[in-house]
Amino acid sequence: MRNKFIEFRNVSFRYSDEEPWVLKNCSFEIYENEWIAIIGHNGSGKSTIAKLMNGLLFPQEGEIIINGQQVNEETIWDIRRDVGMVFQNPDNQFVGTTVQDDVAFGMENRGFPRAEMVKRIEQNLTAVGMQEYRLTEPHRLSGGQKQRVAIASVLAISPKVLILDEATAMLDPKGRMEIMRTVSNVQEEYKLSLITITHDLQEVVQAERVLVMNKGEIWDEATPREIFAKKEALREIGLDVPFVAILTDELKQAGISITNEPLNQEELLEDLWTLHSRT
Amino acid sequence: MSSSLIIGQYVPGNSIVHRLDPRTKITVIFFFVFIVFFANSVFSYATLTVFALTTVFITRIPIRYIMKGLTPVWFLIVFTFILHLIVTKEGTVLFHIFGFNIYSGALIQGFAISMRFFLLILVTSLLTLTTTPIEITDAIEDMLHPLKKIKFPVHELALMMSISLRFIPTLMQETEKISRAQASRGVDFKTGPLKERIKAVVPLLVPLFVSAFKRAEELAMAMEARGYQGGEGRSKLRELKIEKIDIAVYLLFALAVAIVFYTRN
Ligand SMILES: Nc1ncnc2c1ncn2[C@@H]1O[C@H](COP(=O)(O)OP(=O)(O)OP(=O)(O)O)[C@@H](O)[C@H]1O
Ligand SMILES: [Mg+2]
Repeated sequence: MRNKFIEFRNVSFRYSDEEPWVLKNCSFEIYENEWIAIIGHNGSGKSTIAKLMNGLLFPQEGEIIINGQQVNEETIWDIRRDVGMVFQNPDNQFVGTTVQDDVAFGMENRGFPRAEMVKRIEQNLTAVGMQEYRLTEPHRLSGGQKQRVAIASVLAISPKVLILDEATAMLDPKGRMEIMRTVSNVQEEYKLSLITITHDLQEVVQAERVLVMNKGEIWDEATPREIFAKKEALREIGLDVPFVAILTDELKQAGISITNEPLNQEELLEDLWTLHSRT
Repeated sequence: MSSSLIIGQYVPGNSIVHRLDPRTKITVIFFFVFIVFFANSVFSYATLTVFALTTVFITRIPIRYIMKGLTPVWFLIVFTFILHLIVTKEGTVLFHIFGFNIYSGALIQGFAISMRFFLLILVTSLLTLTTTPIEITDAIEDMLHPLKKIKFPVHELALMMSISLRFIPTLMQETEKISRAQASRGVDFKTGPLKERIKAVVPLLVPLFVSAFKRAEELAMAMEARGYQGGEGRSKLRELKIEKIDIAVYLLFALAVAIVFYTRN
């Protein structure tokens, strides 16, 4: 049995008293070393959830427990050490004037000794494949490279949870691939829970569990495969259904039996060419 | 940005001057600026000139590059020289030109003042030519440290400078992008009467301001998420260290200062 690491208990949140509730009575749990994806349409409250986990915002109702501590003004210092976050815009989270200065920023804030910083910079830049760019300035990096540096910067203080809030949304397909690959390497190499926030269904396939948000409420919680099977409903709540899922549907309607909801083209292909031996 | 003016531009290199502690450079240059005003004899000027030119030589930055970079300043130097020629009326009349008497004292005076000006500009530009802006920032933070006692926000000032340095290229790229976008819609920044051109800049500035504020907000949030809590209890990756070579530079400079005072009239 895995241990709970993050727990939302009936959390409701709004940005001010005049504005409508952005999150309504949300409850869920995230376990240690788990990869969970949060998906939802624009404005469904995904980023708000991420900020609540990091103590950048506090809920008006309900409570959030992280690693056994309730998130509040006194505990945020500890909690931010455990919960690292990578944001959407590659430029607006790059603090340092060079790559190594940026990776050092979080460690400097916590008073790490210099020798330790140098060691961790090397180690974490290597983990994201950016060690050669140690002294490069941010404006000479691509968006994908900046996001990899952002991941290294967060990993440098050894968090127990890594949140990526649409970290690939502003990247080109190549940058997106880079980040997804980096993230799955990191998940294998470091022991941490991973929370990837996205509105692209294609990006949830590697997760173990998916939380689907709709208008500030948790609409569903299931495995990627189960989610893929609910195309119609997903489309109704404003999510783009990936091509493979649509194709699978069409094939089913044409009378071809596909047992396992395929997550990508390879799986669908596998299903199709073994079709004959099964029937 | 004019590329011909080199003041404020860093030329990467690995010379001794490049590697000196930025505090050493700032201190020496600061005092050099003072000492220049004490020079009043051929010897004292020669000493300072040798000191300055030797430093330039050690940086391995081509002297031609520096001289060319100082073009706008040459203008001022020549102007100062001519002004002195005309205004000063000391010594004997040497010759007569365009209805002005040129005195021997004026020639010497004009020469001395222009030399002073030249040395000042040369040496101060050496600081930025051989020191990265972030090193200068670190040095300023360190040197202003004592002011913390009177609640002067030293850390905040340094952070502000380093964030500005970090975002200047980003904002320049963005300005370029927006101005291209506006140009493709037919906005013309480069020709026409000044008033029209100023009007054309407004649609450039507005989106730039909006985005700068958005960046500031997001950056503040990202910094907070990474545990930023102000200067208290912070450590630093970039460290400043006085090495033997720094001490040697201080000694050499002290020697130059001694010679200047010994040889002045
Ligand atoms: N700083 C803020 N002040 C007021 N309202 C806000 C603020 N930030 C977000 N909101 C509102 O809260 C709601 C949820 O926003 P949130 O950023 O959590 O959505 P999201 O799911 O992350 O959307 P996206 O996919 O666009 O990133 C939106 O309706 C948004 O307009
Ligand atoms: Mg968001």
